[in-house]
Amino acid sequence: MANINGSEINASGKTVYEYLIENNYTPARVAVELNGEILSKTKFNDTIINENDTLEIVGFVGGG
Amino acid sequence: MSLNKEQEMRYSRHFVLKEIGLSGQKKLLSSSVLVIGAGAIGSAAIIYLASAGIGTLGIADFDKVDLSNLQRQVIHRNNRTGMYKTESAALSVSELNPDVNVIVHNSGVNPDNIDEMIKKYDFILDCTDRFETKFLINDACVIAKKPYCHAGVVRFTGQVMTYVPQKGPCLRCLLGYIPAAEDTQYCSEVGVIGAATGVIGSIQALEAIKYILGIGQLLCGKILSFDGLNINIRISNISVNDPECKVCGIRPSIFSVRENTNEYKIPVK
Repeated sequence: MANINGSEINASGKTVYEYLIENNYTPARVAVELNGEILSKTKFNDTIINENDTLEIVGFVGGG
Repeated sequence: MSLNKEQEMRYSRHFVLKEIGLSGQKKLLSSSVLVIGAGAIGSAAIIYLASAGIGTLGIADFDKVDLSNLQRQVIHRNNRTGMYKTESAALSVSELNPDVNVIVHNSGVNPDNIDEMIKKYDFILDCTDRFETKFLINDACVIAKKPYCHAGVVRFTGQVMTYVPQKGPCLRCLLGYIPAAEDTQYCSEVGVIGAATGVIGSIQALEAIKYILGIGQLLCGKILSFDGLNINIRISNISVNDPECKVCGIRPSIFSVRENTNEYKIPVK
């Protein structure tokens, strides 16, 4: 289980990119913090979510 | 500075707030805030900053009032279509509070004028409607060490965060680069509801006021995400900068927005 935005979620083994797509995020407009550090967008594809990881995912919109 | 009788009446509800009081009101009256974008978010922010007695209010926008704006851009009026949004907003502010000195910037912001413009103000609000401008404002403020508050809204949702130098990540830390057009949602395509922009713009006004007064907690190192449809509010704590950030990281590569104009264009996928 990983802690994602405060909830325990079974996402271990997936890449961050896969998790974002499955959960209807647009990766280009998302900030991801993984275990206390900002994860660069260029690493979404090859970063695998591990057991006990803590992720904070924030979607951004551009309108105003 | 002493307040006249009318001001004593006008700001009497501020005086009883221990966080503001007479001394806080004087601070607000001698402060300056620049609102970039006099659209939907900007409407709410401008109204609340003006009513609170921010002494100098800059309003930057290149656009003119259109009938399709009035469903959400509450600072404008039916009889002002075709007028510069800055001029329309300035009229509304003067009707609301004659204490406020409004400075209009009809050119909006661009890489050539933003450095000079933001210099004069204590705090900046990004109330613009596209990522290119949001990155421009972010980078210019980070380079100039200016505190500012970012926001965005589409449909029923939005986000707000405040940048203060050394107090947390900037927008570029979080997003890296401007999303491509196909990854961006525009209000004209996906819609937007005024009440949601009002919530976000009000929070931005509150951030500016708290910063000026040095009270409470700011949204530094925190992103407030608002979903008005499902009434869900989340504060995400992301308090550490990205060391690879091109504007505030360990080895920055952007030192001037004017010399990096390509950074403020939508990338082609």
